[in-house]
Amino acid sequence: MIPAKFDYVRPSSVGDAVSALAGGGEDAKVIAGGQSLLPLLRLRLAYPELLVDIGGLDELCGVTDDGDHLLIGARTTHYQLVHDPLITEHCGLLAQAAGTVADPAVRHRGTLGGSIAHADPAGDLPAVVLALDATMIATGPAGGREIPAGEFFVDYLTTALAPGEILTGIRVPKLGADWGYRYEKFHRTAQAWAIVGVAALVRRSDGHVAEARVGLTNMGSVPIRAAAVETAAAGAQASPEALREAAAGADEGTQPPADLHGAPDYRRHLARVLTGRALEAAAGV
Amino acid sequence: MTHITVTVDGVKYVDQVEPRLLLVHYLREVIGKTGTPIGCDTSNCGACTVLMDGQSVKSCSVLAVQADGSDVTTIEGLANGELHPVQRAFHEEHALQCGYCTPGMIMATTDLLRDNPHPTEEEIRDGLEGNLCRCTGYENIVRAVKRAAEAGVTQ
Repeated sequence: MIPAKFDYVRPSSVGDAVSALAGGGEDAKVIAGGQSLLPLLRLRLAYPELLVDIGGLDELCGVTDDGDHLLIGARTTHYQLVHDPLITEHCGLLAQAAGTVADPAVRHRGTLGGSIAHADPAGDLPAVVLALDATMIATGPAGGREIPAGEFFVDYLTTALAPGEILTGIRVPKLGADWGYRYEKFHRTAQAWAIVGVAALVRRSDGHVAEARVGLTNMGSVPIRAAAVETAAAGAQASPEALREAAAGADEGTQPPADLHGAPDYRRHLARVLTGRALEAAAGV
Repeated sequence: MTHITVTVDGVKYVDQVEPRLLLVHYLREVIGKTGTPIGCDTSNCGACTVLMDGQSVKSCSVLAVQADGSDVTTIEGLANGELHPVQRAFHEEHALQCGYCTPGMIMATTDLLRDNPHPTEEEIRDGLEGNLCRCTGYENIVRAVKRAAEAGVTQ
């Protein structure tokens, strides 16, 4: 289908983009790669009156080394995440998960910032930035501010970004060599959304798990941390048995959706199984 | 209306377009590049795949205004007097039945081989994940990609 009519601007600076967005009020949307927004426009599930295209803002593209963090521009594409040497070295989980998003053509256009600002609980990268304890950097009419990932995802397709604010970057702590990681994604057909996804990070020390962090995809209206698993895994032996036991609490506190792909009970089962697999892989056992 | 300049298959086009015009509609209806078909309404099928600045994109999921300043290659721009090696490999391996997915499959394949000139079978299947063949001719499509890779296609 053809999208409904909208006005379009392609600003040449972040400041101009913020002004344009603020001027458009509630009916303005930011477009970057458009891989989430364009399907919604075509199906007329969204009909903004103004699109602010940040596709020309090269300063929002790419990864920079910022001491103990990486600073990732919001327009950095999934393809770039997969191939960037800094991401591979310091934040392999993000590269691995980005490589599972949709298909190559979508990964060429789709961006990290777009995926996070869209906040689809079935999207892969929100749960990943949550597990990474990343910080979202936003710019609005009142200036810039930082929002921890844990406070960013408010509800289904809803974030802490205020109208007029643009997500410009994501700050991710570098992971040391003692961290292992795995993104486990379960879907039935090629390029499909995750029925359930699990992002796991494990820091090992002397045959034990010193610290574990687990983010869940599509187990509620927002991506969530599997707090019960993180607590159970901390201090546990780095063995398949102990990690599977810790994973048994993966669905605690979740409210998984029911849809064509699975009932809530099925998703709870998947969350437990996939968390076990993700922890084992992350712990290297 | 928004002013755009796009190079398609080596020819520069300057047009005024509605912002909501999809790239695939621009290609087919404004400049007559009907070699790129429209397959689905959900960004799934990949039939409309073209190269934009050398990378595969689904042209139903790009606005024409987003392509302003870009260099686009469609299936019509691939052959250079004779069939492109990927086209020839698809022909020789009979990697098509109805042919509807073929332009997208071939464009996705050229992009895959540019990125990875010697893919394994698994890498071929992953690389063409975004392109659906309703005739389920995947076996011959994978064979054709292998054949093109063996022929040393890196474009």
